[in-house]
Amino acid sequence: MTAHAGNIPPTALSEEPPEFPMPRASGCPFDPPPPLRERQREGALTRVRLWDGSTPWLVTRYAEQRALMADARLSADITRPGYPSGAPVPPRGNSIGFILMDDPEHARLRRMVTAPFAVKRVNAMAPRIQRIVDELIDAMLAGPRPVDLVEAFALPVPSMVICELLGVPYADHAFFQENSKTIINREVTQEQRSAALGRLTDYLDGLLGEKLRAPQDDLLSGLAERVGGGELTRREAAQMGVLLLIAGHETTANMIALGTLALLRHPEQLAALRDTDDEKLVSGAVEELLRYLHITHSGRRRAVLEDIEIAGETLRAGEGVILANDIGNRDPSAFPGDPDTLDIRRDARHHVAFGYGAHQCLGQPLARLELRIVYGTLYRRVPTLRLAAELEELPFKHDGSVYGVYELPVSW
Amino acid sequence: MRVSLDQDKCVASGQCVMAAPEVFDQRDEDGVAVLLAVEPAEGDADDVRHASAVCPVLAIHVEE
Ligand code: HEM
Ligand code: SF4
Repeated sequence: MTAHAGNIPPTALSEEPPEFPMPRASGCPFDPPPPLRERQREGALTRVRLWDGSTPWLVTRYAEQRALMADARLSADITRPGYPSGAPVPPRGNSIGFILMDDPEHARLRRMVTAPFAVKRVNAMAPRIQRIVDELIDAMLAGPRPVDLVEAFALPVPSMVICELLGVPYADHAFFQENSKTIINREVTQEQRSAALGRLTDYLDGLLGEKLRAPQDDLLSGLAERVGGGELTRREAAQMGVLLLIAGHETTANMIALGTLALLRHPEQLAALRDTDDEKLVSGAVEELLRYLHITHSGRRRAVLEDIEIAGETLRAGEGVILANDIGNRDPSAFPGDPDTLDIRRDARHHVAFGYGAHQCLGQPLARLELRIVYGTLYRRVPTLRLAAELEELPFKHDGSVYGVYELPVSW
Repeated sequence: MRVSLDQDKCVASGQCVMAAPEVFDQRDEDGVAVLLAVEPAEGDADDVRHASAVCPVLAIHVEE
C-alpha cells in the first residue's frame, strides 16, 4: 500500500464517525464524496454512522474490499444482526431475489439463471441490440430538439433488451420503470418501497402464470418450467424475475446517460472514441467509465458472521461492513497515475464496479455488450451531440442507490 | 504454465472467458467455466494471469 501517503493519526480514531452516505462536492458530479478520499488516505478501515445510529465499518481501499467481498464470513442477508441497512429492514419474505441471500441458497438460485448470461449467449444478441440502438437514434434524430436523452434513449435501450431476454412485454415499461425507480430510491419510506416491490412481484407472478400455460423461448419461461418441475417455488421465481428486471435496466440506463455526460465534459476523449476503428478502445472506454463513474454509490453492504482480522483491525461477528467501491475504484494503488482522471486508454478491467465475490454482477456480460454498442454508435451517428443545459442545472440522483441523472437535455 | 479451475466455486461471472477466450469457455447448461487448456500456449499466458486476477471467487489457480 505504498501509494497511500501517511499513517493513521491517533486522533482520527477517537473522532465521532461521520454520517454515511456522504454528500458529493458541489460542482464535482463524477467524483465520490471528498471525505471518502481523506479516509482512504488514513487507512483501509474506518467507522461511519448510519441513519439508525449504528456505526458499521467502512472499507475504503481496493485490496481490502476485494479480500472481504470474496470472504464467506461476510453475509449479504439483510436480516442478519448488524447488517448495515440503508433503511428499516423489510419484513421477511418480502425480498428481492438472491442478491440478499447467502450460499448455498444464493448459489442454488443463481445457477438457475446463469446460462442465459454466459458470455457467448449474450454476445449472440449483438445484432438485435445494435438494431434497437439504431432505431432509437433514428427516432431521436427525426424528433424535436432538444430532447431528454434519458427518456428517448438511455432508459429504452436496456429496458427493451431485458424485456426481450426475460419475455416481459415492453408495452408495460411505464409501470415497471416507475416501480423500479421507487425501489432503488434511498429516500422513500419503507411502506412505499414494499408496496412497489409487491406490485412488481405480483406482475411477474402473473407473467409466470402465462408462461406456465404457454411457454416461449425466454428466461421467464425457463423459470416457469423449473416451477412446474418443482425445482423452485413460484414466489422464488417471481422474486428472481423482479431482481433481473430491475437490475437489468436501471443500472445500464444510468451508465448510458451519465457516461454520455462525462464524455461531453471530456471532449478530447469523446472525439477519440468517436473517431476510432479500434474495438479495443471502445471496450476500454466501457471499463474506464464503469470504474470512473461507479454508479452503485451506496456501497456493497454485509454483516460479519465470524471475527475477521484484516488491515490490523478485527471485524467482530454481528458488526456491519460497507464496502465503498466508488472510492476503491479511485484507489491509487490499484489504478496508478491519476485515478481521479477519466482516461479511456487506461487498463481499468480490474475495477469493482460490478462488485466482487459470489454476488458479482450476473448481468455484466450483457451490460458490457450494451455499453459497447451504445458508446460505439451514439457519438458516431450524432457527432455534434451537445448538452442543452448547464451542468449546475442537471438533476443528479443523489437520492438513489444507483447514481445518475434524472434528465439529460441534449441537442445536436 | 499450468492452470486449474475449481468449478464448485465458480459463479459463472464470465470474467475468465472475456479475459482469455482461448483458455476458458462456459458450460451451456449453467454458464459454469470450463478449462480448454491445462497448459496454455505461451502467447495466452498474460491473459490467463489476468483471468485469475479478476475471477471474483478465486477459482482459477496458475502455477508458473
Ligand atoms: C452497468 C450496469 C450494471 C452495474 C454497474 C451493475 C452492478 C452490480 C453490482 C455492483 C452488483 C453486486 C451486488 C452485491 O455485491 O451486493 C450486481 C449484482 C447483480 N446484477 Fe448487476 N449491474 C449492472 C447491470 C446488470 C444487468 C444488465 C443485469 C441483468 C439482469 C444485472 C443483474 C444483476 C444481478 C442478478 C445481480 C445479483 C447477483 C448475485 O447476487 O449473485 N446487472 N450488479
Ligand atoms: S471468472 Fe471465475 S467465477 Fe467467473 S466464470 Fe470464470 S471461473 Fe467462474
